[in-house]
Amino acid sequence: MIELYHLQLLSAILFALGVYGVLARKSAILILMSIELMLNAVNINMIGAAIFLDPNQIAGQVLAIFIITVAAAEVGLALAILLRLFRNRVTVNVDEIDIMKW
Amino acid sequence: MSLALFIVAGGLATVGGIGVVTTRNVVYAALFLLLTLLAMAGVFLLVLAEFLALVQILIYGGAVVMVLIFAIMLTRTREFPRISDNPQWLLGAVAAVAVFGVLAAGFLIDRPDAPMPERAVFTLGSLGNALFTQWALPFEIASLVLLVALIGAIIIARPGGRE
Repeated sequence: MIELYHLQLLSAILFALGVYGVLARKSAILILMSIELMLNAVNINMIGAAIFLDPNQIAGQVLAIFIITVAAAEVGLALAILLRLFRNRVTVNVDEIDIMKW
Repeated sequence: MSLALFIVAGGLATVGGIGVVTTRNVVYAALFLLLTLLAMAGVFLLVLAEFLALVQILIYGGAVVMVLIFAIMLTRTREFPRISDNPQWLLGAVAAVAVFGVLAAGFLIDRPDAPMPERAVFTLGSLGNALFTQWALPFEIASLVLLVALIGAIIIARPGGRE
Protein backbone atom coordinates (compact mmCIF):
# COMPACT_ATOMS: atom_id res chain seq x y z
CA MET A 1 0.00 0.00 0.00
CA ILE A 2 1.48 3.35 -1.00
CA GLU A 3 1.52 5.89 1.80
CA LEU A 4 1.68 9.64 1.41
CA TYR A 5 5.14 9.84 2.99
CA HIS A 6 6.56 7.51 0.33
CA LEU A 7 5.67 10.09 -2.27
CA GLN A 8 7.00 12.89 -0.11
CA LEU A 9 10.30 11.09 0.43
CA LEU A 10 10.68 10.53 -3.32
CA SER A 11 9.96 14.20 -3.86
CA ALA A 12 12.54 15.18 -1.21
CA ILE A 13 15.18 12.97 -2.85
CA LEU A 14 14.59 14.44 -6.30
CA PHE A 15 14.48 18.01 -4.96
CA ALA A 16 17.79 17.51 -3.15
CA LEU A 17 19.34 16.05 -6.31
CA GLY A 18 18.12 19.12 -8.19
CA VAL A 19 19.65 21.44 -5.58
CA TYR A 20 22.96 19.61 -5.92
CA GLY A 21 22.82 19.83 -9.70
CA VAL A 22 22.11 23.57 -9.70
CA LEU A 23 25.00 24.26 -7.32
CA ALA A 24 27.59 21.84 -8.71
CA ARG A 25 27.14 21.95 -12.48
CA LYS A 26 28.92 24.34 -14.81
CA SER A 27 26.93 23.98 -18.01
CA ALA A 28 23.83 26.17 -18.15
CA ILE A 29 21.94 23.35 -19.88
CA LEU A 30 22.66 20.94 -17.02
CA ILE A 31 21.54 23.56 -14.50
CA LEU A 32 18.31 23.86 -16.47
CA MET A 33 17.83 20.08 -16.29
CA SER A 34 18.35 20.19 -12.52
CA ILE A 35 15.69 22.88 -12.25
CA GLU A 36 13.33 20.63 -14.18
CA LEU A 37 14.10 17.90 -11.66
CA MET A 38 13.12 20.20 -8.80
CA LEU A 39 9.90 21.31 -10.50
CA ASN A 40 8.98 17.68 -10.97
CA ALA A 41 9.67 16.90 -7.33
CA VAL A 42 7.18 19.62 -6.41
CA ASN A 43 4.67 18.07 -8.80
CA ILE A 44 4.85 14.71 -7.05
CA ASN A 45 4.19 16.44 -3.77
CA MET A 46 1.20 18.34 -5.16
CA ILE A 47 -0.36 15.24 -6.68
CA GLY A 48 0.26 13.19 -3.54
CA ALA A 49 -1.42 15.81 -1.39
CA ALA A 50 -4.30 16.09 -3.85
CA ILE A 51 -4.99 12.36 -4.02
CA PHE A 52 -4.47 11.50 -0.36
CA LEU A 53 -5.69 14.55 1.54
CA ASP A 54 -8.16 16.49 -0.59
CA PRO A 55 -11.68 15.03 -0.62
CA ASN A 56 -12.24 16.35 -4.15
CA GLN A 57 -8.71 15.45 -5.35
CA ILE A 58 -8.80 18.47 -7.68
CA ALA A 59 -6.86 21.48 -6.37
CA GLY A 60 -3.43 19.87 -6.16
CA GLN A 61 -3.73 18.45 -9.64
CA VAL A 62 -4.70 21.83 -11.07
CA LEU A 63 -1.66 23.36 -9.39
CA ALA A 64 0.51 20.62 -10.88
CA ILE A 65 -0.86 21.47 -14.32
CA PHE A 66 0.10 25.12 -13.76
CA ILE A 67 3.60 24.08 -12.67
CA ILE A 68 3.99 22.04 -15.85
CA THR A 69 2.82 25.05 -17.89
CA VAL A 70 5.35 27.35 -16.25
CA ALA A 71 8.10 24.75 -16.69
CA ALA A 72 7.35 24.52 -20.40
CA ALA A 73 7.44 28.31 -20.78
CA GLU A 74 10.68 28.43 -18.80
CA VAL A 75 12.41 25.83 -20.97
CA GLY A 76 11.39 27.63 -24.16
CA LEU A 77 12.68 30.97 -22.90
CA ALA A 78 15.87 29.39 -21.58
CA LEU A 79 16.58 27.85 -24.99
CA ALA A 80 16.28 31.30 -26.56
CA ILE A 81 18.54 32.90 -23.96
CA LEU A 82 21.12 30.13 -24.30
CA LEU A 83 21.14 30.51 -28.09
CA ARG A 84 21.64 34.27 -27.87
CA LEU A 85 24.32 33.80 -25.24
CA PHE A 86 26.09 31.17 -27.29
CA ARG A 87 26.04 33.44 -30.33
CA ASN A 88 27.61 36.28 -28.33
CA ARG A 89 30.06 34.45 -26.08
CA VAL A 90 30.49 30.95 -27.66
CA THR A 91 30.06 29.30 -24.27
CA VAL A 92 27.35 27.98 -21.98
CA ASN A 93 29.70 27.72 -19.02
CA VAL A 94 28.12 29.78 -16.25
CA ASP A 95 31.54 30.68 -14.83
CA GLU A 96 32.43 32.58 -17.99
CA ILE A 97 29.10 34.42 -18.17
CA ASP A 98 29.96 37.35 -15.93
CA ILE A 99 29.04 40.38 -18.03
CA MET A 100 26.02 41.15 -15.83
CA LYS A 101 28.00 40.91 -12.61
CA TRP A 102 28.33 44.62 -11.93
CA MET B 1 1.71 -4.96 -5.08
CA SER B 2 1.28 -1.27 -5.80
CA LEU B 3 4.00 -0.56 -3.26
CA ALA B 4 6.42 -2.83 -5.12
CA LEU B 5 5.60 -1.07 -8.39
CA PHE B 6 6.04 2.28 -6.65
CA ILE B 7 9.47 1.25 -5.39
CA VAL B 8 10.48 0.21 -8.92
CA ALA B 9 9.23 3.46 -10.45
CA GLY B 10 10.63 5.61 -7.64
CA GLY B 11 13.96 3.78 -7.85
CA LEU B 12 14.14 4.39 -11.59
CA ALA B 13 13.34 8.07 -11.03
CA THR B 14 16.08 8.31 -8.39
CA VAL B 15 18.63 6.54 -10.61
CA GLY B 16 17.76 8.93 -13.44
CA GLY B 17 18.06 11.93 -11.10
CA ILE B 18 21.48 10.79 -9.90
CA GLY B 19 22.48 10.30 -13.52
CA VAL B 20 21.38 13.83 -14.44
CA VAL B 21 23.55 15.43 -11.77
CA THR B 22 26.62 13.19 -12.06
CA THR B 23 27.19 12.11 -15.66
CA ARG B 24 29.98 13.77 -17.64
CA ASN B 25 28.10 13.63 -20.92
CA VAL B 26 25.40 16.23 -21.63
CA VAL B 27 23.45 13.96 -23.96
CA TYR B 28 23.41 11.16 -21.38
CA ALA B 29 22.17 13.68 -18.84
CA ALA B 30 19.24 14.52 -21.12
CA LEU B 31 18.43 10.82 -21.52
CA PHE B 32 18.66 10.27 -17.75
CA LEU B 33 16.26 13.18 -17.32
CA LEU B 34 13.89 11.47 -19.75
CA LEU B 35 14.12 8.28 -17.64
CA THR B 36 13.27 10.23 -14.50
CA LEU B 37 10.33 12.00 -16.11
CA LEU B 38 8.84 8.79 -17.52
CA ALA B 39 9.31 6.96 -14.21
CA MET B 40 7.53 9.90 -12.61
CA ALA B 41 4.62 9.40 -15.02
CA GLY B 42 4.50 5.82 -13.75
CA VAL B 43 4.32 7.07 -10.16
CA PHE B 44 1.44 9.37 -11.13
CA LEU B 45 -0.36 6.40 -12.67
CA LEU B 46 0.11 4.39 -9.47
CA VAL B 47 -1.51 7.11 -7.36
CA LEU B 48 -4.50 7.30 -9.73
CA ALA B 49 -3.61 10.62 -11.38
CA GLU B 50 -3.93 9.26 -14.91
CA PHE B 51 -4.46 12.61 -16.62
CA LEU B 52 -1.33 14.07 -15.02
CA ALA B 53 0.62 10.99 -16.11
CA LEU B 54 -0.42 11.59 -19.73
CA VAL B 55 0.38 15.29 -19.48
CA GLN B 56 3.74 14.40 -17.97
CA ILE B 57 4.63 12.06 -20.85
CA LEU B 58 3.40 14.49 -23.52
CA ILE B 59 4.87 17.74 -22.23
CA TYR B 60 7.92 16.64 -20.25
CA GLY B 61 8.83 13.43 -22.06
CA GLY B 62 8.05 14.90 -25.45
CA ALA B 63 8.48 18.64 -25.55
CA VAL B 64 10.79 19.60 -22.70
CA VAL B 65 13.43 16.92 -23.27
CA MET B 66 13.24 17.62 -27.01
CA VAL B 67 13.90 21.32 -26.42
CA LEU B 68 16.78 20.49 -24.07
CA ILE B 69 18.36 18.22 -26.69
CA PHE B 70 17.94 21.03 -29.23
CA ALA B 71 19.73 23.33 -26.81
CA ILE B 72 22.58 20.81 -26.51
CA MET B 73 22.84 20.46 -30.29
CA LEU B 74 22.78 24.20 -30.97
CA THR B 75 25.40 25.13 -28.36
CA ARG B 76 28.14 22.70 -29.32
CA THR B 77 31.68 23.69 -28.50
CA ARG B 78 34.95 21.91 -29.10
CA GLU B 79 34.89 20.07 -25.79
CA PHE B 80 31.36 18.89 -26.55
CA PRO B 81 29.88 16.82 -25.00
CA ARG B 82 32.25 16.45 -22.05
CA ILE B 83 31.81 18.79 -19.13
CA SER B 84 33.33 19.32 -15.74
CA ASP B 85 31.81 20.41 -12.46
CA ASN B 86 32.29 23.54 -10.38
CA PRO B 87 34.97 23.42 -7.70
CA GLN B 88 32.17 24.19 -5.24
CA TRP B 89 30.48 20.83 -5.84
CA LEU B 90 31.28 19.65 -2.30
CA LEU B 91 29.46 22.67 -0.89
CA GLY B 92 26.58 21.88 -3.20
CA ALA B 93 26.49 18.31 -1.90
CA VAL B 94 26.37 19.54 1.69
CA ALA B 95 23.54 21.94 0.83
CA ALA B 96 21.63 19.17 -0.97
CA VAL B 97 21.98 16.78 1.98
CA ALA B 98 20.83 19.53 4.32
CA VAL B 99 17.78 20.26 2.13
CA PHE B 100 16.96 16.56 1.99
CA GLY B 101 17.37 16.22 5.76
CA VAL B 102 15.03 19.10 6.52
CA LEU B 103 12.40 17.98 4.00
CA ALA B 104 12.52 14.31 5.03
CA ALA B 105 12.37 15.18 8.74
CA GLY B 106 9.39 17.43 8.14
CA PHE B 107 7.59 14.79 6.11
CA LEU B 108 8.33 11.94 8.53
CA ILE B 109 7.57 13.76 11.78
CA ASP B 110 4.14 15.02 10.79
CA ARG B 111 2.69 12.01 8.97
CA PRO B 112 -1.01 12.48 8.24
CA ASP B 113 -3.06 9.35 8.74
CA ALA B 114 -4.61 9.27 5.28
CA PRO B 115 -4.80 5.91 3.51
CA MET B 116 -4.55 5.67 -0.24
CA PRO B 117 -8.04 5.91 -1.74
CA GLU B 118 -9.24 2.74 -3.43
CA ARG B 119 -10.35 4.52 -6.58
CA ALA B 120 -10.15 8.05 -7.89
CA VAL B 121 -12.88 10.38 -6.65
CA PHE B 122 -12.30 12.95 -9.38
CA THR B 123 -13.14 12.41 -13.02
CA LEU B 124 -11.51 14.08 -15.98
CA GLY B 125 -14.73 16.03 -16.34
CA SER B 126 -14.63 17.40 -12.81
CA LEU B 127 -10.97 18.33 -13.28
CA GLY B 128 -11.77 20.27 -16.45
CA ASN B 129 -14.79 21.81 -14.77
CA ALA B 130 -12.68 23.08 -11.88
CA LEU B 131 -10.06 24.38 -14.30
CA PHE B 132 -12.61 26.53 -16.14
CA THR B 133 -14.72 27.70 -13.20
CA GLN B 134 -12.88 27.90 -9.89
CA TRP B 135 -9.42 28.23 -11.48
CA ALA B 136 -10.44 30.22 -14.57
CA LEU B 137 -8.40 33.34 -13.75
CA PRO B 138 -5.12 31.46 -13.01
CA PHE B 139 -5.79 29.45 -16.16
CA GLU B 140 -6.04 32.60 -18.28
CA ILE B 141 -2.93 34.02 -16.64
CA ALA B 142 -1.08 30.78 -17.41
CA SER B 143 -2.04 31.07 -21.06
CA LEU B 144 -0.85 34.68 -21.05
CA VAL B 145 2.45 33.55 -19.50
CA LEU B 146 2.88 31.00 -22.27
CA LEU B 147 2.11 33.58 -24.95
CA VAL B 148 4.54 36.13 -23.50
CA ALA B 149 7.25 33.46 -23.12
CA LEU B 150 6.71 32.43 -26.75
CA ILE B 151 6.97 35.98 -28.08
CA GLY B 152 9.92 36.72 -25.80
CA ALA B 153 11.73 33.61 -26.96
CA ILE B 154 11.26 34.58 -30.60
CA ILE B 155 12.51 38.12 -30.00
CA ILE B 156 15.53 37.00 -27.95
CA ALA B 157 16.62 34.24 -30.33
CA ARG B 158 15.99 36.25 -33.52
CA PRO B 159 19.16 36.71 -35.56
CA GLY B 160 20.49 40.22 -36.00
CA GLY B 161 19.58 43.07 -33.69
CA ARG B 162 22.09 44.83 -31.47
CA GLU B 163 25.03 42.55 -30.72
